[in-house]
Amino acid sequence: MALLQIAEPGESAAPHQHRLAVGIDLGTTNSLVATVRSGLAVVISDELGRPLLPSVVRYLPDGNCDVGYEAQARQAIDPRNTIASVKRFMGRGPQDIAHREALPYLFDDGPGMLRLNTVAGRKSPVEVSAEILRVLRLRAEASLGGPLVGAVITVPAYFDDAQRQATKDAARLAGLPVLRLLNEPTAAAVAYGLDNASEGTYAVYDLGGGTFDISILRLSRGIFEVLATGGDSALGGDDFDHRIFCWLLEAAQLKPLSVEDARMLLTRAREAKEYLTFHGVAPINARLNSGEVVDLTLTTEIFAEITQTLVAKTIQPVKKALRDAGLSVAEVKGVVMVGGATRMPQIQRAVGDFFRQEPLNNLDPDKVVAIGAATQANLLAGNGLGGDNWLLLDVIPLSLGLETMGGLVEKIIPRNSTIPTARAQEFTTFRDGQTALAVHVVQGERELVSDCRSLARFELRGIPPMVAGAARIRVTFQVDADGLLAVTAREQTVGVEASIVVKPSYGLSDDEIAGMLKDSMLHVRDDALRRALKESQTDAQRLIEAVRSAIDTDGELLSVEERSRIEHDVSNLQAALLGDNRRQIMLAMDDLEADTKDFAARRMDKSIRRAFSGRHINELDSEVAAARTGEHA
Amino acid sequence: MEFNAEHFNADHFSLFDLPPAFRLDAALLDRRYLELQSQIHPDRFASASEAERRHSLQWATRVNEAYQTLKKPLSRAKYLLHMAAHDIGSENNTLMPVDFLIEQMEWREAVAEVRAAGEHHELEHLHHRLKRDLLERYEEIAMLLDDQPDLEQAADRVRRLMFLEKLLVEIDEAMAALEE
Repeated sequence: MALLQIAEPGESAAPHQHRLAVGIDLGTTNSLVATVRSGLAVVISDELGRPLLPSVVRYLPDGNCDVGYEAQARQAIDPRNTIASVKRFMGRGPQDIAHREALPYLFDDGPGMLRLNTVAGRKSPVEVSAEILRVLRLRAEASLGGPLVGAVITVPAYFDDAQRQATKDAARLAGLPVLRLLNEPTAAAVAYGLDNASEGTYAVYDLGGGTFDISILRLSRGIFEVLATGGDSALGGDDFDHRIFCWLLEAAQLKPLSVEDARMLLTRAREAKEYLTFHGVAPINARLNSGEVVDLTLTTEIFAEITQTLVAKTIQPVKKALRDAGLSVAEVKGVVMVGGATRMPQIQRAVGDFFRQEPLNNLDPDKVVAIGAATQANLLAGNGLGGDNWLLLDVIPLSLGLETMGGLVEKIIPRNSTIPTARAQEFTTFRDGQTALAVHVVQGERELVSDCRSLARFELRGIPPMVAGAARIRVTFQVDADGLLAVTAREQTVGVEASIVVKPSYGLSDDEIAGMLKDSMLHVRDDALRRALKESQTDAQRLIEAVRSAIDTDGELLSVEERSRIEHDVSNLQAALLGDNRRQIMLAMDDLEADTKDFAARRMDKSIRRAFSGRHINELDSEVAAARTGEHA
Repeated sequence: MEFNAEHFNADHFSLFDLPPAFRLDAALLDRRYLELQSQIHPDRFASASEAERRHSLQWATRVNEAYQTLKKPLSRAKYLLHMAAHDIGSENNTLMPVDFLIEQMEWREAVAEVRAAGEHHELEHLHHRLKRDLLERYEEIAMLLDDQPDLEQAADRVRRLMFLEKLLVEIDEAMAALEE
């Protein structure tokens, strides 16, 4: 009987199952999904053996959509409904988009996060990204033969809170449980560091299709510690295409282009850029719908000249990140290059010149992020038992603050703080009898609110009426390990937990997401109800396993009564699992969670004590050494 | 009971099992910090129960705060004074000796001048000069806190330090502004 199995000391719980987990690189241009198979991180290809999925979604009149190569191939024919580089729109308002006039989409000018009007209706970037994630999820499930426990999804290190939240929402819409949002350069560092057993300070220079990141990391004893990060979340390979495109317009003296012609020329520009990586000159030929003919030759020299300012724009954040880390160029042991755009020779040269050393290119810049994410996913899913003992310590890229009098920003959590982190600040009322307080949360480094990104506004209501200055309102910022912010507020003098209404400035509200989830259920493409049941069953299974392994290792922390109550909850949950009543499963899970709460606290305490108990340093050393030489990607 | 309060509410030095002093073995602090994080970081509890994940988040947050406070000399000194229940009075006690204020004004003028002239190299030079100056001041504070404790004097030196650290940030910001 299952109950006895838990109770029997020394007996291992259910045989260790390999939990299916993936790493997803949700890129501006291309996306990938990878997993750890027999100890090796590999990219999962589609049925035609192609590892990349172009991040392009084409909406069709029947409400369905094509994703990937098929959509990409139709880009020039149906530019309005074929959304490319949607990552640039995540968590953004319409006014944030550079070269908007050059884009073929029909932007919807509502407030908040931008929307695109397509033949299949109004779409938010979150929904478009969810389509890409859904295809990757199905690809992984088909290849691995079962539902996923979860995914690690990578985001540019320089993504702000709104962009991160949008990414997490997209995963939720795609039916993907998120184990962690991981910064792209950190993922690359994991792949690189574990592969090369590196120690020391490294820089990761990550130029993707639409984003640029620089991270400075210290690798020591199996710990990846991000010291500083910087970048530009609106600078990438796309901008180099755009420069060539502008050069084409000028050199060929073209009249204003139709949407289709513009799309085609942009494609030609991208092809020329890629061609120049291995050749000195790139011919560009095109016959436009307008009848005009383009026949030009782009040389490496011209290309370097017209993109000089873009290259320089990446060096500036590099300097800032080094300064934030308190390091000089000479202290950087190696520079890891990530992202397809780092293939451009002028980038390689500029980075090499700045760091006074040859950049490291020994991992495929297109795959390294997904590989690192898969390695992390494997560890988080609990498959990394044994030697895999490494840990990531990451930071928030931008300072978090509040609007104060006069439109000024008061910084609450400075950039490059190691996450998770929290900071509390006290506020008071400035009018007699004031019962509400408006709080505006912003992110950025500038002094003026108008120069920073607005994250959320909320109102604190229910403050008891007092004289001005008497109320003490404590606002707490908590940033979790995904880099996501939660704000709570409490009135201190009378202890009233005041209600908060958060309006994300560029995000989707919970209601909107619930609506979209419902829509996707009506849209019977993916049997959402069955899927929800399956997910609850997976969650419940996971919880049972977690509790069992906790009892296995720390059973002595429980009294006889507590233990029998927990065992009772477990068997109830197991019984619920056999049925198909999702609500019943959830209720049984709630019971088990509640009855293991104290146990969890005691276990945590034991961990702390273990850390203190003066384990010998050499013992630790040998453990870490084992972790480094252990098998992994 | 949420946590063993004894551990969670311990002071920052006890948390890392270090003596409460301004002079500190930075390498040992780093090592203890990483040992603790290895045990309690949320990544270690990604597939644990909700309660364990929440505890891990709170503990990791707590450990990060303690580490950040002890790592930097200024915040470490402030924390030691706070532990000794000695208010540094940074808000209402801004009265500084005239010679210190004049020195401050000179520094600030120098920064403003080279900034206006766009002399990045000069800013770097100022940055290094100030850094050297700070090192001497840390030593002075170490004596006032650790060797012959004089909290009144120490608090005064910490207040001065706050001015100088702020100046350092301004120099760095000026450098960043020139790079843009």
